[in-house]
Amino acid sequence: MIRRIALLLLLGTAVASAAPDANPMKAGVLSPVMAAPALALQGTDGKPLNLERFRGKVVLLAFGFSSCGEVCPITLATLAGARRKLGAGAADVQVVYVTVDPERDDAARMKKFLGSFDPSFVGGVGSRAQIDAAQKGYGISSTKQVYADGNYTIGHSSSIYMIDRAGGLRAVMPYGHTVDDFVHDLKILLRT
Amino acid sequence: MNTVKRLWVAVPLGAALAALGWAGFAPVSVTSRDELFEIPKGTYARRMAGDPVEILPSKVRLTLGLNDVLMLRNLDDVPQVFGPTIMMPGQSFRLPFEKAASYDFACTAHASGQMTVLVEPYPAMPWSKIGWRFREWWENRKR
Repeated sequence: MIRRIALLLLLGTAVASAAPDANPMKAGVLSPVMAAPALALQGTDGKPLNLERFRGKVVLLAFGFSSCGEVCPITLATLAGARRKLGAGAADVQVVYVTVDPERDDAARMKKFLGSFDPSFVGGVGSRAQIDAAQKGYGISSTKQVYADGNYTIGHSSSIYMIDRAGGLRAVMPYGHTVDDFVHDLKILLRT
Repeated sequence: MNTVKRLWVAVPLGAALAALGWAGFAPVSVTSRDELFEIPKGTYARRMAGDPVEILPSKVRLTLGLNDVLMLRNLDDVPQVFGPTIMMPGQSFRLPFEKAASYDFACTAHASGQMTVLVEPYPAMPWSKIGWRFREWWENRKR
């Protein structure tokens, strides 16, 4: 009887391991995985910002601007929450936030903005041409909306790009996902 | 004679009721959760040549628990932007949905530059099952 139960348990384990991944990613997954488009910017940490710097870590890359009143604070708070919830695993997760507003966002301003969410976040700043090149690489659109007083806001793509430890662009999380969704997917990416 | 007449009414009525019962109470299922759309090779070139080509539907309807994954495949020679991401030539993008809502995405494969994904809840009630089956039949008929 005990041998039968043991055999059944063994069979069950084998079937479970052979089954397709029952826990797929919450983000949209790109296949085949290709190298993430390069970045050539200045980092808010005072170093040149390129993705090679973060090889070995999972990079969460997003685009926004420090004067953003709606989307960016929610995105950054979510990413900060995900890092906190990951615990020790957060050491292998780097958030990179590239400005779409190079006219107003210099390194100091962007650093202060990002630091209010998580001091480990690194911002990307640069000239209009450098930012345009970064946006083009990821298919990011941004549209300036000017108010009557001359002030402006910028509507922009708000997805978060998930880059694996080897620098491959693995997945894209659309705006609006929860901390738990990010933690779920980061655990998958950190395992691979 | 009356019996024959009654049978003429009762049999089709019974069959219709049985079909309605099946449509309303039998579990709905699909062969794959992935709703696949392909951007064919040459889409960009045709558009640049002035052909207002519409390859993908401007509105895609998905149902949670059934076909709730949007699968896009870029067979074109140039990168294509679909909402949250850019797809390189030969690349596919598999995007699952977990919330019923209407999602508007930018999409360079559309002449309008936009694509709407309408995600509907799982048809749990009999009348919603009937509606879902009817829509599936209607849309398959058009393909």
